[in-house]
Amino acid sequence: MSDEEDDIILSELDDDELVEQMFDDLYDGMKDEIVEGVNILLERGWQPYDILTKALVGGMTVVGNDFRDGILFVPEVLLAANAMKGGMGILKPLLAETGAPTIGKMVIGTVKGDIHDIGKNLVAMMMEGAGFEVIDLGINNPVENYIDKAAAEKADIIGMSALLTTTMPYMKVVIDTMKEQGIRDDYVVLVGGAPLNEEFGKAIGADAYCRDAAVAVETAKSLMARRHNQAGMA
Amino acid sequence: MSDALSELLATRDWLLADGATGTNLFNMGLSSGDAPEFWNVDHPDRIRALYKGAVDAGSDIFLTNSFGGNASRLKLHDAAHRAHELSRISAELGRDVADASGRKVVVAGSVGPTGEIMGAVGTLSHESAVEMFEETAQGLKDGGADVLWVETISAPEEFRAAAEAFANVGMPWCGTMSFDTAGRTMMGVTSQDFVGLVDELPNPPLAFGANCGVGASDLMRTVLGFTATGTERPVIAKGNAGIPRYEDGHIHYNGTPELMAQYACLARDAGAKIIGGCCGTMPEHLSAMRAALETQPREPRPTLEQVAEVLGGFSSDNDGTGDMSDAPKRERRGRRRS
Repeated sequence: MSDEEDDIILSELDDDELVEQMFDDLYDGMKDEIVEGVNILLERGWQPYDILTKALVGGMTVVGNDFRDGILFVPEVLLAANAMKGGMGILKPLLAETGAPTIGKMVIGTVKGDIHDIGKNLVAMMMEGAGFEVIDLGINNPVENYIDKAAAEKADIIGMSALLTTTMPYMKVVIDTMKEQGIRDDYVVLVGGAPLNEEFGKAIGADAYCRDAAVAVETAKSLMARRHNQAGMA
Repeated sequence: MSDALSELLATRDWLLADGATGTNLFNMGLSSGDAPEFWNVDHPDRIRALYKGAVDAGSDIFLTNSFGGNASRLKLHDAAHRAHELSRISAELGRDVADASGRKVVVAGSVGPTGEIMGAVGTLSHESAVEMFEETAQGLKDGGADVLWVETISAPEEFRAAAEAFANVGMPWCGTMSFDTAGRTMMGVTSQDFVGLVDELPNPPLAFGANCGVGASDLMRTVLGFTATGTERPVIAKGNAGIPRYEDGHIHYNGTPELMAQYACLARDAGAKIIGGCCGTMPEHLSAMRAALETQPREPRPTLEQVAEVLGGFSSDNDGTGDMSDAPKRERRGRRRS
């Protein structure tokens, strides 16, 4: 904690300072301040999409990096995600109105037989924090849930989570079914959960194993960028 | 000091706890996703076999099949109302097996996490958590458990709620957290933090420690972190039998009985008094651990390098203790009062 308790008035900061202050406020999980910051930027004529990507996603990237590096832990990340949600509450309807591009859409759920959801919820929150649209299927999902929902929502990413060593093999069932239906390559498939590892992710044919929520976000971003590039070349 | 665990702790140098519950039950045919606690009623013979497996392999303490026996977890199987019943029966079955063993074996009533998030942005209040834990604890007490044993906890708030519930039912208890994230719990608690947390409780546990987590080597680092504080309270080490690997559609833990035997001795040498396994630890591992503890002479406290050499490397460079306890903090801008 800093001793210099300078009183900062958000509306007196210039744009760059304000965005930097919002990074800090997100980091500290200060929801009211984030809402205030978003409103000030809107008043100053910022596009909702720019506020999302430059201020909020930018700030959550810092949070994600420090989470990945073991500097922040789940309680701080939950607070940050909660503050982010405050800002998104204002931006979401505006983004829809302006038809702004989405960063990507993810369908996520815990696999059949498994009822654990803390890790999956954390990934969903961090993905939302990074600007992705997330459809949460909840726990205990059979293969149809993933495939049907992904198709209905035109999702880009399917995310599967498992906490049990006995349920993680089900991820392969989902991927194999996708292959049979010839839709495997329509989606990026990310897997995660405490007992998994990279070797397992490769063995079952996922695009990537994500060690934690921060890695999930990073991986999703880079794989989405790669997809966009490929689509551009095609 | 009249409870069975205190008596054993007072007379023995080390105690062998049990191994895996889930891994054993899956081998007996439990389907993933089913609540293991239902088997207390539906297949009591299998639960007795689970307990007996540990006792016959030499465990002095075993945990009851009640890990998910709280209203919050059972709710997912539409059985929230059965928390007391299923917990009570898990302990009754345990009592039978322990009393038939012909030696002093402690029945430890397992209390697992609620699976909910507590604290500032959580969904579970302290009061509700205490209430849930108390219901499970009362069931275990009514079923004849010697001690209560809360395990695999990651949040300090949840650990405190369990402690309060145990005080309410008037039972001695033990508690372990799971250090699975860069050497800390998911909620960021370091081994040193946990020692402080335990010391501040109005009704401290008989013993405290670590269970589950990543592999045996990470768990050993946590145990070394506990004992480095100079704590006088007995330390529990319950590590997984290595790390799960996926082979031919099945999951195998790569920890052999030989490896777990070495782990048991390292844990003892590091200062742990209650030593057992967690996921992947089967009766054959426990037998090997018991034999090693009985025959291998005590060695000096192992270093981290020795642990890594015997059990394999760690999952992270540091665990947030020692020189790293004031590690990277972010540069802050001026703060603001609102």
